Amino acid sequence: MSPTPTKMERYWKKNLQTLALLLFIWFVVSFGFGILWVEELNTIRLGGFKLGFWFAQQGSIYSFVVLIFIYVIRMNALDREFKVNED
Amino acid sequence: MDLLTWTYLLVGLSFALYIGIAIWTRASSTQEFYVAGGGVSPLANGLATAADWMSAASFMSMAGIISFSGYDGSVYLMGWTGGYVLLALLLAPYLRKFGKFTVPDFVGDRYYSNKARVVAVICALFISFTYVAGQMRGVGIVFSRYLELPIEWGVVIGMAIVFFYAVLGGMKGITYTQVAQYCVLIFAYLVPAIFISMQLTGNPIPQLGLGGDVAEGVPLLDKLDGILADLGFEEYTSGKKSKSDLFMITLALMVGTAGLPHVIVRFFTVPRVRDARLSAGYALVFIAILYTAAPAVAAFGIYNTIQSTSEKPIDALPEWVTNWQQTNLIGIEDKNGDGKVQYLADPATNELRIDKDIMVLASPEIASLPNWVVGLVAAGAMAAALSTAAGLLLVISTSVSRDLFKTFRPEISEKKELRIARIAAAGAVLLAGYFGINPPGFVAEVVAFAFGLAASSFFPVILLGIFSTRINREGAIAGMLAGLVFTISYISYFKFIAPELNTAAHWWWGISPEGIGTLGMALNFLVCFGVSYLTPPPPKNVQELIQEIRIPKGAGKAYDH
Repeated sequence: MSPTPTKMERYWKKNLQTLALLLFIWFVVSFGFGILWVEELNTIRLGGFKLGFWFAQQGSIYSFVVLIFIYVIRMNALDREFKVNED
Repeated sequence: MDLLTWTYLLVGLSFALYIGIAIWTRASSTQEFYVAGGGVSPLANGLATAADWMSAASFMSMAGIISFSGYDGSVYLMGWTGGYVLLALLLAPYLRKFGKFTVPDFVGDRYYSNKARVVAVICALFISFTYVAGQMRGVGIVFSRYLELPIEWGVVIGMAIVFFYAVLGGMKGITYTQVAQYCVLIFAYLVPAIFISMQLTGNPIPQLGLGGDVAEGVPLLDKLDGILADLGFEEYTSGKKSKSDLFMITLALMVGTAGLPHVIVRFFTVPRVRDARLSAGYALVFIAILYTAAPAVAAFGIYNTIQSTSEKPIDALPEWVTNWQQTNLIGIEDKNGDGKVQYLADPATNELRIDKDIMVLASPEIASLPNWVVGLVAAGAMAAALSTAAGLLLVISTSVSRDLFKTFRPEISEKKELRIARIAAAGAVLLAGYFGINPPGFVAEVVAFAFGLAASSFFPVILLGIFSTRINREGAIAGMLAGLVFTISYISYFKFIAPELNTAAHWWWGISPEGIGTLGMALNFLVCFGVSYLTPPPPKNVQELIQEIRIPKGAGKAYDH
């Protein structure tokens, strides 16, 4: 049984909202902290690291991993809520 | 045992393991050959994707590139990991739901056109061939450096191994060998990194050691900034590339990563849509372990190299320096005749030449680790090169047997299709081996091509194919061709036609050929939208297909229509 169009549209809209938020964070931690505002952040220290440098070579990668797992959890919940999950 | 015996033993054992797995997982149907029967667990697929993705370049060269470019090297770290976020969020789950075997399959069906399919096949073949030649070369180099065999012999042995498990096992064989290869390569990368981190900073975790203090209580990175500045180089933590170029290169690498066919196809092998999402997460975890250790290996390597050579008497250098001088990866020339080594930014007075691969290949010797660790690094480099080569060969053979033969001769039997796939894989191995032995002079340059093409051709049309119901056949073909032609022309012009003009002053808006894929992608998007809105929308059955792939429910195993 396929879902009704309106339900399907609500599911898709929520999916797009999730994507927009996560991709915003994706952009900020890499292009933002690692490239565009790197000098400003480099005035702050994180142990032996300058913060901007840390984001460019370490922090952005850790953030990417976390983002994917947040997406997995969020989408699994959304699938169940709209009963479009696979089992 | 001496070094050579250890190396033979460990490399030999790893090869025996791969062959054993190949015999155990022999493919018997096209479905098993193309997508491992669609029954790979998300964890195993994550491990296999990580090995598939991390090539000879990631293993041997990336740390060295960062050693010599410092902060600028961040483009590779962010670019080659950030793409997995795009892949996990925007492509993998939907392509899994679509449920066929290849990227050209999706392009051909979604854009209801065999022309679009053929354009996609040509892109896939070009990307995969440029990439696989580099891997075969990597295998040859490892053989010649560690096993004292000629490069040609190394390539031939590498070909024989890949031939065995890719041709026999197809995707099924490749998947489980890649799982083993990931374990070998990550162990080989981390053991020396951990020991060097302990010796330099007292912290066993390289990722933390990078931010640790060296002996005098000064942070390693600050000390490195000071040393490099004294020698006339840029500070390690601040680069010399422009912000806009860093931005464009990073984006091109990210989008290119998400658009590489041999990576995308791995997500067709899991049973469910939610497994595709999860396994992208696992893949990035396993990739991140190496990619966060690499900048540490890079900083430790350049620090150790300078400390043990700069202003030191030439006849009293550490043993590893003299060892690697024999392989010509380190060169010393006493220009001012003072009997000491001067490592300086100015090429006129610099006396030390270091190949970037040294930072990983010589790391066990720099840390005075036992001989078995050297053998392990050789086996790891081999695992990285072979796993990537196998993934690429599969894309090539699938493109030929399925996207070309099956599309235009739909009546061929499954048995015959499987035989064509195997013959194509065998042919691709031979061709890759030929290019490994006789590398075209531009092997290093073509990496820019592969990523630029993936970014400017595949990514936009796949993305729009899922997220827009209005983009049609005409738009997709025009967009792909526009992105492709633009990117190829720009890279060819600066790399081959007029390499003397390849400087920031001549680039469009300061964008280097490495970063031009970003602009090609933007052009593809624009053309795709423009042409689509001037021509009729896609037919109703395609609209329904799009709605169908947007929800996870009802995804069967990857199947043949």
